[in-house]
Amino acid sequence: MRPTAAAGALERPLVNLDLVRWHLTASAAFLAVSILGGLAYAFQFHNLYPFQGVELLSAGRVRMVHTNMAAYGFIANAFIAGMLFAIPRLTRRPILSDPLGWVIFGAWQLFMILTIVGQLAGYGQGIEWGETPIFVDPLILVGLVLLVVNLSVPILRTAETGLYVSLWYFLAAFGWTGLVYFMGNYLPQFWVPGTAGAAITGLFIHDLVGLFVTPIGWGLMYFFVPVLLRKPIWSHALSLIGFWGIAFFYPMQGVHHFLFSPIPMYAQYGAVVATIAIEVVVLTVLVNFFGTLHGRSDAIRGNLALRWFYTGMIMYGLTCLQCAFQVTLTFQKIIHFTDWVVGHAHMVMFGVFGFWIFGFFVELWPRATGRPWAHPRLLTAHYWLTLAGLSLMIVDLTAAGLVQGYLWANLSHWAQSILASAPFWWTRSLAGLIIVAGQALFLWELWATARAPIARPVLAPVVEAA
Amino acid sequence: MERVGATFLIAGVLTFLLGFFLQGVMPILTLRNVPVATVEEVANPVTPEFVDLAEEYPAEFERSFGKPTPASFAEALTLGRDLYVAEACWHCHSQFVRPVSNEDVRFGPVSTAEEYQNEMNLPHLFGTRRVGPDLIREAGKHSNDWQMAHLYDPRSVAPYSVMPGYAWYFEDDLRPKKEALALVAYLQWLGSWQR
Repeated sequence: MRPTAAAGALERPLVNLDLVRWHLTASAAFLAVSILGGLAYAFQFHNLYPFQGVELLSAGRVRMVHTNMAAYGFIANAFIAGMLFAIPRLTRRPILSDPLGWVIFGAWQLFMILTIVGQLAGYGQGIEWGETPIFVDPLILVGLVLLVVNLSVPILRTAETGLYVSLWYFLAAFGWTGLVYFMGNYLPQFWVPGTAGAAITGLFIHDLVGLFVTPIGWGLMYFFVPVLLRKPIWSHALSLIGFWGIAFFYPMQGVHHFLFSPIPMYAQYGAVVATIAIEVVVLTVLVNFFGTLHGRSDAIRGNLALRWFYTGMIMYGLTCLQCAFQVTLTFQKIIHFTDWVVGHAHMVMFGVFGFWIFGFFVELWPRATGRPWAHPRLLTAHYWLTLAGLSLMIVDLTAAGLVQGYLWANLSHWAQSILASAPFWWTRSLAGLIIVAGQALFLWELWATARAPIARPVLAPVVEAA
Repeated sequence: MERVGATFLIAGVLTFLLGFFLQGVMPILTLRNVPVATVEEVANPVTPEFVDLAEEYPAEFERSFGKPTPASFAEALTLGRDLYVAEACWHCHSQFVRPVSNEDVRFGPVSTAEEYQNEMNLPHLFGTRRVGPDLIREAGKHSNDWQMAHLYDPRSVAPYSVMPGYAWYFEDDLRPKKEALALVAYLQWLGSWQR
C-alpha cells in the first residue's frame, strides 16, 4: 500500500496508485517502442534502414507498430492511468474492482505484445489505425468493455449532485469507443467492400481521434487544469457548448479522409462542412481554457505540467486551424497523399495528446511512486527537446507536402518528387533524433525517480521549471 | 445521478449512430444495386500477365499454382492481396485515381465506385500516402521481369527509389517463391479491367 493512501486499514484507498503507476510505466515503455520504430522507419527514406533485409523487421511492418503503439500502447495506457486517478476523485467513489483493474492492466499489455508480434510476423490488418491483427480485435473489444464497466460504475454511483463536465466526456467516450472499434475493425474487413468500406474506415480513423482520444483527453484537461491552477473553469456554459458540439459534429467527419475518392460526393461535402463546423466548437473550448488561465499565466512558467497542457492546447488550436483549411477540396487537390498529412498526424497525436500525457506524468509519477522528481532539470530539458523536435518536424513535413503535391500536379517525373523530398526527409530524421533524445532523458528520469532510495509522501509535486 | 449518466450514454450512442447513418449507411445504400463480385468471378478471365508468369517461371509456377487457370489465379490474387496487406504496401502506395491534380494524365482513368465492388477490396486498400506512385492502374505498365527485379531490389530498376526490397520472397538463387509470384500477379491485376 502506498504511503499516500489516506484510508483506514480496512477501507480501500480512493485512488489505486499502484494501478496508476503501472499503467504509466506501460505507457512509457510503449512510447519507447513507438518512437524507436518511427525513427528506424524514417531512415528507410534515405535507404539507410537499419534492419534492411530482415523480414520480421521489415520497414512497412515496423510502421504499423509505430502508429499502433502510439495510439493503443502509449496514449491508451496513459489515459487509463489519468482516468484511474481522476474519476475516483471526481466521484468520491473508488473504481468497481481493483482485481478487475489488474486483470485489465495485464490483459491490455498482453494485447499490445500480441499486436506487435502479429504485425511483425505478417498478420497486420489492412485498416488504417486498425492494423491490430484480426485475432487481437475481439480481445481488445472485451478489454474495452471490462474497462468501461470498471470505470463507469463510480460515475453512475456517485452521490455528487452535479456531474462535472469531465465525467460527461468520459461517459460519452465509453459509449463511443467500443462502437467505433467494432465498426472500424469488422465492417470493412468482413462485410462492406470497396468504396462504402472506405467510408466506414474513414469514419473509424476520425472517430478514433474524435470519440476516443479527444473526449478522454479534454475530460482529463477539465480535471487537471482547474486543480493545478486552483481555480474553477472559466465558464461552465462554454464547456457545455464544447461538449455537445463535439458530440454532434465529430461523428460526421470521417469521409474527409477520402475526398475526391469514388465515395458519393454528398458524403464528402457533409464531412467537409462538419469538419469546418467543429473548428468553431474547438474555439469555444480553447477560449474557455485560456479564460481560466487569465490572470494566472505565471503558472505556465512555474508549473511544468500546466506548461505541457497549455502547449498541447496551442498545438490543438493550430491543428484545428490547419484542419479547417486542409479539409477543403481546394487544399486536398494538392496536399492529399503528401507528407503534409503526416505532419498533421504528428501534431495531433504527439503534439496535443502526447504533450498532455507528459503533463500527467509530471503530476502523477511523483504521487504514484511516492518520490519527488530526481532531476527536475532533466524534465525541463525533455520539454524543450520534445517541443523543438516536434515543431521542426511539423514545419518540415508541411513544407515537404506542398513541394510533393505541386510536383505531382505539374506532371514532373515521379523521381523528381522523391529527389526533391530528400532534404525534407533528412530534416525529418534530424527532428526525430531530437525527439528521441528528449524521450531518452525522460525515460531515464522516470527510472531514476522510481529507483530513488528515499520514499516519502509527495503531496504537491510542483515542478519548478526553468 | 444514474439518470443523468444514462442521458450521456444514450446521447453519445445517438450522435454516433446519426454520423454512422449519414457517412456510412448512406454510401452503402447508394451502392446497393452494384453486386459484389467474388474473387472467383474477378479472376475470370485470367490476365495475360498471369499466363506470362507461367511461361517465364515454369518450374516455380508449376510448383506454386499448377496451371494458369481462373482457380489458380483466384488463389494467387488472394495470396498477393494478403501479402500486400501484411507488408503494409498500402501505407506508401494508394489505389485510387482522383479527378484532380492531373492524376488521370499520370496514372490513367479516374476511379469509379463499381471498380471496388468485389471481395478483393475486403478491406479496401485506398491507401493513405503516396511515397511511391498510385497502383490502381498498374497492370501492364511494366513487364513481369521488371516487377520481379523491383520487388527484390527496387534500386536495380528505379535508382531513385526509397522502397525496401523484399528479398525473403525469393530463393537463394534469386528465383521467385510462391509469394513473389502472387504479389506480381496481384500488382499486374490492378486496373487490368480498364484495358
